[in-house]
Amino acid sequence: MQKFTTFTGIVVPLDMAHVDTDQIVPKQFLKRVQREGFGQVLFHHHRFDQAGQVVDTFVLNHPRYAKASILLARENFGSGSSREHAPWALMDYGFKVLIAPSFADIFKNNCFQIGLLSIELAGELVDEWFKRVASQSGYRITVDLAGQTLTGSDGFACFFAVDPHRKHCLLNGLDDIGLTLEHEDRIAAYERAHAAPWQAGAPEARS
Amino acid sequence: MPTLLDKIWKSHLVRPGDGRPDLLYVDRHLVHEVTTPQAFAALAREGRKVRRPDLTFAVCDHVLSTENRDRPLADPVAEEQLKALEANTAAHRITYFGQDDPRQGVIHVTMPELGLILPGQVVIAGDSHTATHGALGALAFGVGTSEVEHVLATQTLPQDRPRSLGLSVEGELPAGCGAKDLILYVIGRLGTAGGTGCAIEYLGPAVRGLSLEGRLSVCNMSIECGAKAGLIAPDEVTYAWLRGRPYAPSGADWRQALEFWKSLPSDPGARYDRQESVDISGLEPQVTWGTNPGQVAPVSASAPDPAALSDPAQAKEAAQALEFMDLKPGQALSQAPIDYVFIGSCTNGRLEDLAAAAAVLRGRRVAPGVTALVVPGSMQVKAQAEAAGLDRVFIEAGCQWRLPGCSMCLAMNPDVLPAGARCASTSNRNFKHRQGQGGRTHLCSPATAAASAIKGRLSDPREYL
Repeated sequence: MQKFTTFTGIVVPLDMAHVDTDQIVPKQFLKRVQREGFGQVLFHHHRFDQAGQVVDTFVLNHPRYAKASILLARENFGSGSSREHAPWALMDYGFKVLIAPSFADIFKNNCFQIGLLSIELAGELVDEWFKRVASQSGYRITVDLAGQTLTGSDGFACFFAVDPHRKHCLLNGLDDIGLTLEHEDRIAAYERAHAAPWQAGAPEARS
Repeated sequence: MPTLLDKIWKSHLVRPGDGRPDLLYVDRHLVHEVTTPQAFAALAREGRKVRRPDLTFAVCDHVLSTENRDRPLADPVAEEQLKALEANTAAHRITYFGQDDPRQGVIHVTMPELGLILPGQVVIAGDSHTATHGALGALAFGVGTSEVEHVLATQTLPQDRPRSLGLSVEGELPAGCGAKDLILYVIGRLGTAGGTGCAIEYLGPAVRGLSLEGRLSVCNMSIECGAKAGLIAPDEVTYAWLRGRPYAPSGADWRQALEFWKSLPSDPGARYDRQESVDISGLEPQVTWGTNPGQVAPVSASAPDPAALSDPAQAKEAAQALEFMDLKPGQALSQAPIDYVFIGSCTNGRLEDLAAAAAVLRGRRVAPGVTALVVPGSMQVKAQAEAAGLDRVFIEAGCQWRLPGCSMCLAMNPDVLPAGARCASTSNRNFKHRQGQGGRTHLCSPATAAASAIKGRLSDPREYL
């Protein structure tokens, strides 16, 4: 996982609730076997019309937000399919931080796995950030994970909550699988204690 | 007084969290072509092996054509993905139900059908509809590709315990309504994010009264209200359904397993983190009118008028949904003309679903101009349906009888809903563009889909029963 400590970036406001992962990366692009390159198809049906032309009215296509790297969103962002392609696409496009009142469970886990910071704030605070982002072109937020603060380019600031374990992993860029493999003895002990035939797996694969 | 969730969680703890997430053992890791190639690639890059190939089971379903099994696939990118699964499963000696295997099918249809999913297991797949398997009393949930890699490498997953939501479904399911109507109604009541952070245990007489296949349909859609998992405690229905399946235990092992399974149901007086109840007496066949599964109403109802909604955010969402769906505020849903009908998917591709659709279509014809696809959920479902003559009913009614696959549920294969077309679909998601760019989806039961095919507009199946 990539380390995350502090980050400052331009914020783009996406004023839509329940943005599902089909909207973030449409399924026709899920056939690729690589992790890279999904930024091109991020929000494809929003950014491009059926003829492939750029949709000027979609907020990500607005020149003001061309260099945005923090996404401000609404409730239940990332619902639906478990595709990790959605956070891959957001990151590949250039996003480092997502801020919303709530995220869907699997999506939030997936973001954490790749070091994309998802920050949940109370709805009123999110409303306030939406207002401030709208008030000023090039509005930036500085995210300090260690201090758990967000500070806007106009000085507005707030704290955010984060799971202590996730914070630790993100700050140190820890490999989740590496952490688990430190418990190899516990895993092996569990397997020895649960080896009854009706608990075991495929006979043809066991040899 | 532990719940079913508590018992499964506790029995799978490899290591209690102590400030980290708990480390859970995974009994079954289900694999398909779409969400795993990057996980296998990362595993190779790190020089790691698959720890338990014998607990890992793979199948192809999303990208297959449902018209033929020709190779290479018409889409070279899909072909590459399918080849990657074939190569990865061979390299790691993982049991693979390939495209020509009689055990091939939609992952969440074929795996339980084979007896691979048992009560009390922890089941993982890189697919959000993994919640399906909770119908057998297993804790089953979807994960992303990084977590797939984690399970491949360690057979465990660090997880925070979800909150338990005891959802009591009161009343009796009225005639003409099925499991799909029940779960659509529940999602409508809870909302599309109403179950976030929770594992729902479905309780109550209406749930007990469902067949195992119906229970699979219910648990399948738990994710559509944001829940991590859906569970139904095992009972005699579960045991009778499991007995004799190829991978289910037998003989002395069966008796030992059964003893364990009977200890799993939540204790009387078990405390849930949250409790809700819904009453389904008087339920009518349900159909979605919007662009998330919580935007649902009886088929006899009208599309809502956003102006009449008090919550401005909800009003805005409803207005956007109606615009996409090309419905007018207050328009009767039964006036919406449909172009396509899709019967199939991991939600409704089982024999019981096909039988329900066939009961409506028998001796009748699909309306002119309507394309109706019937896609069995697995090779076994296909064989059983054909043995029962259901394929003839569908073909004589003017439907297309296809090969098993995910098909038009998500348009990752040649079955794509054209732009502007309206579809009555037995699948699980009515998200914008889900079935094809610009396509409009109305989720409903197999019986409602069949009735809609006959009338050429969204229709109540009860007049045909």
